Amino acid sequence: MPDGAEPVLDVRGLKTVFRTREGDVHAVNSVSFHLRPGELLGVVGESGSGKSVTMMSLIGLLPSPPAQVQAGQVLLDGKDILHVGNTQLQSIRGARIGFIFQDPMTSLNPVFTVGNQIMEPLRRHMGLTKAQAQARAAELLDLVGIPDAKKRLSGYPHQFSGGMRQRVMIAMALACDPRVLIADEPTTALDVTIQAQILELVRDLRRKLGMAIIWITHDLGVIAGIADRVMVMYAGQVVEQAPVKELFTRPRHPYTRALLKTIPRLGGPRGDRLQVIEGQPPILMAAPAACPFAPRCAHAFGRCLHENPQRRPVGLGHDVACHWAAGETAGEIHA
Amino acid sequence: MPDASPRKLVEVRNLKMHFPITSGILRRHAGDVKAVDGVSFDIFEGETLGLVGESGCGKSTVGRALLRLYEATSGSVVIDGVDIARLGQKELRRIRPKMQMVFQDPQASLNPRMTVAAIIGEPLAEHTGLRGNARLARIHELMDQVGLNRAFANRFPHAFSGGQRQRIGIARALALNPRFIVCDEPIAALDVSIQAQVVNLLEDLQDRLGLTYLFISHDLSMVRHIADRVAVMYLGQIAELSPRDALYANPLHPYARALLSAVPEPDPTLESSRRRIILAGDVPSPANPPKGCNFCTRCPQAQPVCHDVKPPLLEVTPGRHVACHFVPPITAAAGSTGGPEASERNRQGEDR
Ligand SMILES: Nc1ncnc2c1ncn2[C@@H]1O[C@H](COP(=O)(O)OP(=O)(O)OP(=O)(O)O)[C@@H](O)[C@H]1O
Ligand SMILES: Nc1ncnc2c1ncn2[C@@H]1O[C@H](COP(=O)(O)OP(=O)(O)OP(=O)(O)O)[C@@H](O)[C@H]1O
Ligand code: SF4
Ligand code: SF4
Ligand SMILES: [Mg+2]
Ligand SMILES: [Mg+2]
Repeated sequence: MPDGAEPVLDVRGLKTVFRTREGDVHAVNSVSFHLRPGELLGVVGESGSGKSVTMMSLIGLLPSPPAQVQAGQVLLDGKDILHVGNTQLQSIRGARIGFIFQDPMTSLNPVFTVGNQIMEPLRRHMGLTKAQAQARAAELLDLVGIPDAKKRLSGYPHQFSGGMRQRVMIAMALACDPRVLIADEPTTALDVTIQAQILELVRDLRRKLGMAIIWITHDLGVIAGIADRVMVMYAGQVVEQAPVKELFTRPRHPYTRALLKTIPRLGGPRGDRLQVIEGQPPILMAAPAACPFAPRCAHAFGRCLHENPQRRPVGLGHDVACHWAAGETAGEIHA
Repeated sequence: MPDASPRKLVEVRNLKMHFPITSGILRRHAGDVKAVDGVSFDIFEGETLGLVGESGCGKSTVGRALLRLYEATSGSVVIDGVDIARLGQKELRRIRPKMQMVFQDPQASLNPRMTVAAIIGEPLAEHTGLRGNARLARIHELMDQVGLNRAFANRFPHAFSGGQRQRIGIARALALNPRFIVCDEPIAALDVSIQAQVVNLLEDLQDRLGLTYLFISHDLSMVRHIADRVAVMYLGQIAELSPRDALYANPLHPYARALLSAVPEPDPTLESSRRRIILAGDVPSPANPPKGCNFCTRCPQAQPVCHDVKPPLLEVTPGRHVACHFVPPITAAAGSTGGPEASERNRQGEDR
């Protein structure tokens, strides 16, 4: 492992399949990555590329059936959590790993007040009294910028705006000061000012608590502002990984390059059509035997069609899974 | 922009949507959340009006009230000459196909027990004569348009990623060739390439079919790309409504200025050298908005008068409406007779 510090989270060869009537969907294919204390890893990738499923697999949040985690190791502070029992996993999830879901309504219960839902983990995992939990819950809502926080605790989720629900989720995930925070599109419903406030809060928590963070987003502006490293996913695989500046200045994978080209700049006038990456991502009814990007790739050549490229180092902390980008010179890496 | 004298498709006047707050077990009425508090604007046929503003400022509520998914507290919404608020259920059902909404929360708006084909096909079954293969063909066509693989037509919503679910909602909204669509954060959960694909699609449909959009989004770069005019909302009211280029080049309202300064740059080098206007203070509660200008508690330019007198939304220069005491009407030399009375006449929303 480069860069000294032991990783808090180390994911190796994670593989998740959905067993459906039409056959197996190979949503996550040998994904490996790690996260050091206090580090913020940005995760980007096409819609449907497996970002959410990867993160939910590693903390056992996918219903099985249909989901099946078929291989891999997930080490939290050196201990495998992929194969621990349900009760243990639940306490890990509540206390040591905070999770912000992409869709707030899936994890907020419509029949309980928002206050109750934030207080629950505080009482269960932190052993706070009701009054303490209530005070802490109000403080958390206030931290995420919800006006009149104390009064809002008695409201129900449907009485909150989209962005407010998202912030309730953020407050819940942060409630127990977790070691690792996994945030799945946590600010999609937030305007830029509140987003800036949340990003500031996150920076603060990293500094103060050394919280390590995985931040899934399609907003490359946010990534540019807060990530230390970025991991790019495509078709259930990690196709590129690099320190943030390096990724923006020297992207290597054709998919990453195409992705960076599609961003509309503030200056871009209408009339210009927005750039898209032509074609559709593959349907993963089998683990890919060729490069999954090949049908859409301008650089594809013979080898791409019969060999799925491995990740290879191309710079300091920078690796890429592409026959063309890695060239012949680099050696293979593991993890 | 549409041609010289575009037709108004949507006219909103002094729209208010207040949600009652109840307290105690007796559910006593303890006040109101003034989610939308006196909003007036027009949307011209074939244009895209962007609606932006802080989370919780009332954007979704405006969108829903416009299509009468909420019964507005007061005010009027006229769409294509019809006062939506006064329609009976039957007439409302008849004109529903013409106006559609793409919802912010895809999870909440898709029936988990219906397949994608059934979800997209439902409005077709209800409002068109399309049956069997013809309907399926249309469903497939819609799926293609939003970049959903046809092979997934028989899956249920839970088997889709967040972005894929959002596209199901868009396909459904497009099914009946509506004339007016409220797009509530339609692209928020999509990666940039698919965002671009959806936005290109919305623009193509607009060019081809003359669709009119209210485009609610917090993504200011995308709003700049797609909108003709932009309304900036703050705490249930409109702070500024201006043509897109004018607003982005020179926002006049202090809140609009702060909002635009906070857009992140997709470039780590630029991003670290950028200057934001950070607004001090908390967002006030819509249950208890400040007296005077509703932005006065956070406005860097606030003066004593702002805490007392509410600034009306005035047309300060042709096409630009601003609600701020310190953005005075910029009267052209010829129109210099038009002091307060002229601006009074130009006050959008109170002129009819
Ligand atoms: N229950 C399921 N059954 C079958 N396929 C599924 C199921 N859940 C997810 N998938 C598929 O797994 C793939 C990965 O989904 P995932 O939610 O991880 O995507 P994502 O990268 O998070 O995308 P987005 O950016 O749109 O949220 C998708 O193609 C999705 O259709
Ligand atoms: N059904 C409801 N009952 C009570 N209050 C509500 C209800 N719906 C919305 N509100 C409140 O009205 C205000 C405006 O909400 P709205 O959803 O319109 O905001 P928004 O501008 O769309 O925000 P976001 O960008 O976060 O989606 C919020 O304070 C919200 O809590
Ligand atoms: S391996 Fe080949 S097809 Fe895949 S991204 Fe690289 S060049 Fe393109
Ligand atoms: S009226 Fe006063 S408080 Fe309101 S925006 Fe203008 S200067 Fe600021
Ligand atoms: Mg996702
Ligand atoms: Mg909303």
